[in-house]
Amino acid sequence: MRGFINYFSGMFNGILSLLKGMGVTGKYFFTSPKTIVTQQYPENRKTLEMFDSYKGEVTMPHNENNEHKCTACGICQINCPNGSIEIVSREVVNEEGKKRKELDKHLYNIGQCSFCGLCIKTCPSNALAWGQEFEHSMFTRDKFIKTLNHEGSKLMQKKGVE
Amino acid sequence: MKFDIYDFTSFTQWIDQSLRSVMAPFWVMITEMAIIGVAILAFYALVGLFLVYAERKVCAFMQNRVGPNRVGPYGIFQTIADLIKLLMKELVYIKNADKLLFNIAPFIVITASFLAIAAIPFAKGLHAIDFNIGIFYVIAVSSLGVIGILLAGWSSNSKYSLIGAMRSGAQIVSYELSVGLSLITMVILAGSMQLSTIVEAQANGWFIFTGHIPAIIAFVIFLIASTAETNRGPFDLAEAESELTAGFHTEYSGIRFAFFFLAEYMNMFIVASIAATIFWGGWMPFHVPGWEGFNTVMDYIPPFLWYIGKTAFMIFILMWFKWTFPRLRIDQLLTLEWKYLLPINLFNVVLMAFVVLMGWHW
Repeated sequence: MRGFINYFSGMFNGILSLLKGMGVTGKYFFTSPKTIVTQQYPENRKTLEMFDSYKGEVTMPHNENNEHKCTACGICQINCPNGSIEIVSREVVNEEGKKRKELDKHLYNIGQCSFCGLCIKTCPSNALAWGQEFEHSMFTRDKFIKTLNHEGSKLMQKKGVE
Repeated sequence: MKFDIYDFTSFTQWIDQSLRSVMAPFWVMITEMAIIGVAILAFYALVGLFLVYAERKVCAFMQNRVGPNRVGPYGIFQTIADLIKLLMKELVYIKNADKLLFNIAPFIVITASFLAIAAIPFAKGLHAIDFNIGIFYVIAVSSLGVIGILLAGWSSNSKYSLIGAMRSGAQIVSYELSVGLSLITMVILAGSMQLSTIVEAQANGWFIFTGHIPAIIAFVIFLIASTAETNRGPFDLAEAESELTAGFHTEYSGIRFAFFFLAEYMNMFIVASIAATIFWGGWMPFHVPGWEGFNTVMDYIPPFLWYIGKTAFMIFILMWFKWTFPRLRIDQLLTLEWKYLLPINLFNVVLMAFVVLMGWHW
């Protein structure tokens, strides 16, 4: 008797769950223009906005005074598994006569980058961040090497230090 | 000559008579066969191309995608572009394949579905051949396709093809029973196997409404079994990409592969037309006995449009199945047929016979 009941209840439960599934896909079908998630990429490139967590490229944020946070410590260069970061530093002497290392050029080769994010994770002064730009194709290889710090930028002075 | 969109009988008779006035009866028959053959071939190709496009669009909308939209407006020329690509592709010859069987297998598959179209009533008088055993003919002819599938698997000399073909064969042979029995249920209700008589018998209400519960059960079983018989999802076991690549047509390339592909879609069309004809009245407009005004309004819609509408709806349901349900395992598939559908179906035949005997149908 129990087997008999199980036979029929299993059948009807199966049919019910199948109908539930058809309801989901049917809803998507009949409301389709609204629910479409595909991006029409080349057409919508003017309005396309990538989401914040998208790993497009490594960038160095600058503030409005053209100041960055990079202290030229070189940890990102050491951590980079592909050797795509090279830090060029210069020595400056401040007014007290102390010698200090300062960032000259943060060279980032996007052609070698595997977008692992180790440089951003390990930066002690949070100088690097992900950018959302993703159209990186170039005709020559040397254009892949980007200088992340802007022209004439300085180190952001922390308040209360020095 | 009177061209009537509601009744094609006078049109076809006009063609016949004007041919008879210019040539001998034997040549009239040959010419008529050629005309019908070309017409059905053109219809076959057009419907096949359209169904591939429709399937891709329906699937895309159900998965929140856009579907083909690059070739032509809304991508309507995508399948034509695909066809041109397939025509230009190289036909790869398999070294140790059985050449003859390997070459004729796609033609057997496509001929089986081509033969079945001849018996389908498209509209009043638009009916290539009206057998008095029409349903029997359709069942017999559509099951010929399995020979082509088995030949394709056997002659390819490939393990993937062989296992895929055996799976398809087991599946089609099993589900053939359910398709046949559910159609027999409706034959009991109609009292005839002739498709034109069956359609005429539904003038006062389609069989799905007049046949009460046994007709509805038969319809659901027919839908499930015919989905399996056409090797479509969720029963597309032959096309298990991870273990069998593409099943019986793994070794085929170019236009020979396209033949299998086209035959699959045309089998879907045939199954949908049979379901529309037997259960939903074919080209018969929607009539409610007693509502004379309503019935005359319905009669103004041409029968061909009724037929196309019903068939398109059935095809949509089959596509809906494919893009919703998860696939079954081979043992689950055979369990469904032999432990569930077949007993229910046998019971249903008895139930329908009882309903007809008591005169409960309208």
